[in-house]
Amino acid sequence: MPSTYEPIATTTLSSTASSYTFTSIPSTYTDLILVASAANTSGSHDSILIQVGNGSIDTGNNYSRTRILWNGSSRSSASRSSAPNIDYDSMPPSSTNSYCVSVIQFQNYANTNVYKSLLIRNSNDQDYSVASIALWRSTSAINQIKIAGSATSFSIGTTFTLYGIKVA
Amino acid sequence: MATTFELITSVTVGSGGASTIDFTSIPSSFSDLSVVVSARSTHTSVLDELLVRFNSSSTGYTNKFVMGDGSTTQSYSNNYTTSGYVGYISAANATAGTFGSSSIYIPLYTGSKNKSFSSDSVAESNAPTQYMNMNATLWSNTAAITAIQLRLGYANFAQYSTAYLYGVKNA
Repeated sequence: MPSTYEPIATTTLSSTASSYTFTSIPSTYTDLILVASAANTSGSHDSILIQVGNGSIDTGNNYSRTRILWNGSSRSSASRSSAPNIDYDSMPPSSTNSYCVSVIQFQNYANTNVYKSLLIRNSNDQDYSVASIALWRSTSAINQIKIAGSATSFSIGTTFTLYGIKVA
Repeated sequence: MATTFELITSVTVGSGGASTIDFTSIPSSFSDLSVVVSARSTHTSVLDELLVRFNSSSTGYTNKFVMGDGSTTQSYSNNYTTSGYVGYISAANATAGTFGSSSIYIPLYTGSKNKSFSSDSVAESNAPTQYMNMNATLWSNTAAITAIQLRLGYANFAQYSTAYLYGVKNA
């Protein structure tokens, strides 16, 4: 029986961190899923940033995304192109004693014939939640993923887990 | 490397329907939980609302969601406080044979923080004014989740409704 949804790596922060990077991601899966339960060290909500790369994190303006955003009273849709990262909202402060729930799917992450698409779904009952489609304009296989707070650090107890999915 | 996303248990509603779908004695050996639901309600309307309760608790739920109905979008918060809100499902007056689909993802369900979860729900029956929801819910309770109850806002689960509880291990 083929394996699917295999945990590749996981971490629970024992100290605050401005970012976390998954490295040496094997190319043997079809898709990747990053699940994050995150809170930040400031007193307010913050955005989360995603960057990827092959051998090193790409910090060039090679990212874009389209999102739908809501907070229980307002909703909006917006796009962002030629950006240095993929941003999504939002992450609560640790003082709320709760985490946001992020599920990020990297489709066909090791395929060297296509640009890399991401599906992002983040839920934060305290502030904005989002559903996004994002793009990394590179045909390189992804073997590094960096996740960071936009203006703050991740709090202790924040968890990141990377899973691999094989179609066969 | 061990596989994950293991089926813990499943429920299929029999003839006569069911007022709730209950998962009890949930093992603490996983990192996250996922619940996948296919449901129809006996409510004499096109739609009903899928709700969830943890550990039999009827307090501490808050939520924010966005919904689309094929022509408009809306966003609401805290429409239910005695249960966690998941979203709309098909009900008795919807096109025959159609069931709403919902998924609930609960990370760190055994942790000592308040419990956040994400849910998506769709009720599509090839008829005007159908709904899809994307929802963020918080259960302000630091207890580990050991039981999950699915319930409806207005009526009972119809026969053939199903719910699957999966455990996800991060190592």
